[in-house]
Amino acid sequence: MTESETEPQAKSTNREELEQVVIRFAGDSGDGMQLTGGEFTRTSAVMGNDLATFPDFPAEIRAPAGTLPGVSAFQLRFSNFDIHTPGDHPDVLVAMNPAALKVHLRELKKDGILLLNTAKFRPADLKKAKYEQNPLEDGSLEGWRVIKVDLEKLTHEALAESPLDKRSKDRCKNMYALGILYWLFSRDMEPSLRYIETKFGKKLPEVAAANKRVLQSGFNYADISGIFQTAYKVAPATFMKPGRYRNIMGSQAMCLGLVAASKQSGLPIMLGSYPITPASEVLHQLSSYKHHGVVTFQAEDEIAAVCAAIGASYVGKIGITSTSGPGLALKAEAIGLAVMTELPLVVINVQRAGPSTGLPTKTEQADLLQAMFGRNGECPVVVLSATMPSDAFDISFEAVRIALKHMTPVILLSDGYIANGAEPWLIPNAADLPEINVEFATAPPEGEEFQPYARDPETLARPWALPGTPGLMHRIGGLEKQDGTGNISYDPDNHEHMVKTRAEKVARVANDIPPATTIGPESGDVLVLGWGSTRGAITGAVTRLQKAGHKVSGCSIQYLNPLPPNLESLMRSFDKVILPEMNMGQLSLLLRARFLIDIESFCKVQGQPFSSDEIEERVLASLAEVK
Amino acid sequence: MSSSGVSLNKKDYKSDQDVRWCPGCGDYGILNSVQAAFADMGKDPAKTLIISGIGCSSRFPYYMNTYGFHTIHGRAPALATGAKLANPDLDVWVVTGDGDGLSIGGNHLIHALRRNVGVKVLLFNNRIYGLTKGQYSPTSEQGKMTKSTPLGSVDFPFKPIALALGARASFVARSIDIMGKHLEEMLKRADEHEGTAFIEIYQNCNIFNDGAYASFTEKAVRPNRILEVEHGKPLIFGAERNQALRFTENLEPQIVKVGEGGVDAGDLLPWDVHNPNSALAMALANLDEAQFPVPIGVLRSISRQAYETGVTSQIAIAQERKTETLDELLTGGETWEVK
Repeated sequence: MTESETEPQAKSTNREELEQVVIRFAGDSGDGMQLTGGEFTRTSAVMGNDLATFPDFPAEIRAPAGTLPGVSAFQLRFSNFDIHTPGDHPDVLVAMNPAALKVHLRELKKDGILLLNTAKFRPADLKKAKYEQNPLEDGSLEGWRVIKVDLEKLTHEALAESPLDKRSKDRCKNMYALGILYWLFSRDMEPSLRYIETKFGKKLPEVAAANKRVLQSGFNYADISGIFQTAYKVAPATFMKPGRYRNIMGSQAMCLGLVAASKQSGLPIMLGSYPITPASEVLHQLSSYKHHGVVTFQAEDEIAAVCAAIGASYVGKIGITSTSGPGLALKAEAIGLAVMTELPLVVINVQRAGPSTGLPTKTEQADLLQAMFGRNGECPVVVLSATMPSDAFDISFEAVRIALKHMTPVILLSDGYIANGAEPWLIPNAADLPEINVEFATAPPEGEEFQPYARDPETLARPWALPGTPGLMHRIGGLEKQDGTGNISYDPDNHEHMVKTRAEKVARVANDIPPATTIGPESGDVLVLGWGSTRGAITGAVTRLQKAGHKVSGCSIQYLNPLPPNLESLMRSFDKVILPEMNMGQLSLLLRARFLIDIESFCKVQGQPFSSDEIEERVLASLAEVK
Repeated sequence: MSSSGVSLNKKDYKSDQDVRWCPGCGDYGILNSVQAAFADMGKDPAKTLIISGIGCSSRFPYYMNTYGFHTIHGRAPALATGAKLANPDLDVWVVTGDGDGLSIGGNHLIHALRRNVGVKVLLFNNRIYGLTKGQYSPTSEQGKMTKSTPLGSVDFPFKPIALALGARASFVARSIDIMGKHLEEMLKRADEHEGTAFIEIYQNCNIFNDGAYASFTEKAVRPNRILEVEHGKPLIFGAERNQALRFTENLEPQIVKVGEGGVDAGDLLPWDVHNPNSALAMALANLDEAQFPVPIGVLRSISRQAYETGVTSQIAIAQERKTETLDELLTGGETWEVK
């Protein structure tokens, strides 16, 4: 979308050019903040900005209205340059009620814009938010650019002619706020008008008309009322690689990667899953791909879900199961069965804050050790992790490729931050995706017995022999196998040989993965190493530190078991390695044990992602210690 | 003749592995009946997949020259569901026991039954944990003295076929390890059924629970103690074939003498396995075996779409309605071009 298409609507004010803006929408979980933020995001994506988002919502679907636990927020950052995180402190806070104000005000930048819905600042609302005095009147908002708007009154005025009832009209107020911000940041309204039409147009034409009208009214109000002296614009991002882009969320990208791998291997997907926050989106998304031959099975529990996937793998499909931490715990024994029977399997774990039920909607990276070791016996699996919404596509494709080629379960980690976050994604061409070659076992020559545990000399993978193939009848199971024949064996030497063989098979995947790469030079004072969703914050921090002249590089790994073969030498090329993790230092523990490198662990376990600031400060403190 | 066109006999279904159940175990008889029935039905070993959990019964796949998967405790129905969904052409059988299928795996069993997945479930019920050396099971009678219940078990037991009926199973039958011909017949009937077929097989564990069923399986008492339920026939039993089981209006069971007290064989309700109402089958399943004859045979066989058929047809319809290349899928929604 070009600027000229939005300009004519906003005629009366200066347009100041900004490089980036961070907006946080906050309100009741019923106020539609996720949708509002999502719409701003989609529009900004279509307008060519780089962006990153952070939805932050309560676990309760509808906590009591107006209370502090019921506050739902959506933060997005859009820019004309390359960004990696949804930003540390918002420039704009939209607070739909006092509770939202109370929870989020402290993060708003000084001098930031604070858009308040005055309709919800009645004594009862203030009480619910535990305000002793009205913040609109007690001077506590000094230092911020407060814009007071009675969103409810204005929404009702806009809908004076609408046949909708009061409640339904009330529900449109988020569109009024969105309209105001569209004007403030020179957004094109067309994408949202189209979206509203597609979403409600056919079934609820009156709702569609009302939402469109309110959006438009909000925009016009901002234009005419003079509540802002200045409006802003953010030009399209210019650094981006040429090509066609779309806005994508992590779980969405992950599912597309799986379907792409299914096409490139010629094998259908069979997903076994059980609803769990924040992984259910994977089940929903794959369930909508039936036309791509995807079978989804909502099982009776987590164990049945993984077992069904293993059953599907045994008969020649891509068996996948998706879950979050507590579900992974339940699947442990079955993953062990897939290790023992050496079948391909992809286990997606969208991590959330634990232990136990923990904080279901909040993000954490504390399942790494569970993924590595959370099973009985010596039970190695490949462990991969997405690092941002846009690379979830590549890594889920990779998970399938490795599982099929190496005949092994692969645990693919994501987390709430990646799964629900959104950013622009350079859409790959199907023609450029690699083929995944799968060869099933065929009947052995006359007179020879089929050996279900014969091994590929390079990968040590066993043959994939599908039920239905004449001449290959064989039995597999969880009891220890004799190498080659696959018969049950209690022989002590064979057991040790098999334990080592299974470990070696997974270790050899290292020959089949790319080396770790750095942000910046491959040696220096400090390496900020990370895995998973800390990548954005690390990249942001390291880029700033490098601009300030520090010899600091970053590295974010997707391959956790086996590790990239060059990781050790890379770490040794720096005086210090700092490892930020949203856990108590799990990767740090693994790397210290394996390489005897004195890694500095930097932990945050608050259910919230790292900000670039936090990492930057920590690195600076560490650099100061050295000097 | 098998579907592969080769005539097979019982020994073609025997694997090269030594059978390692205790001598005298009821499992031998069941294995023999399954092999005989498979030969009669001409099953193609290459298209047959036997899936089991953990326990004595679950060693079954190792002794069959078919595809086999000896999985983990209780999970066989879940594995089998995945396998059948992924390849509905396979002939999938589940072998489980009273501990495996009703205790640790109870959840998977009931859900497979309600979904009506096209797998045949053979539940060997010996009313004891054998492989772990003799603890009471969920089908052990109350008061059972075992290693884990030295003063007798307090638990009230399941009746597996009542549980299956409660889970809305479309096919429910019972047979006994030592009644080979009857068991073979049940296996064939199960094989013909679309959807989940559940067969409870009373099986004697001669080591830890010997004689669990002797009170009605001993040759001498059998005719008076076992009621062979047959479709379209009244519930008549007894060496003289002159006793009948009937139910009052309140579904209370009664034993009556045929030809006495105004009871005529023609007046007795013929058993209908297709009855959509499962109340009578439930009443039969819940009979107190101390007071009433023990019913065996097919209790229920109703027609309902198999789960995999429904799933497969949804996929086929979706594919017919919408064709989308991978590029179209990846592009989806709103996009923009960076030059």
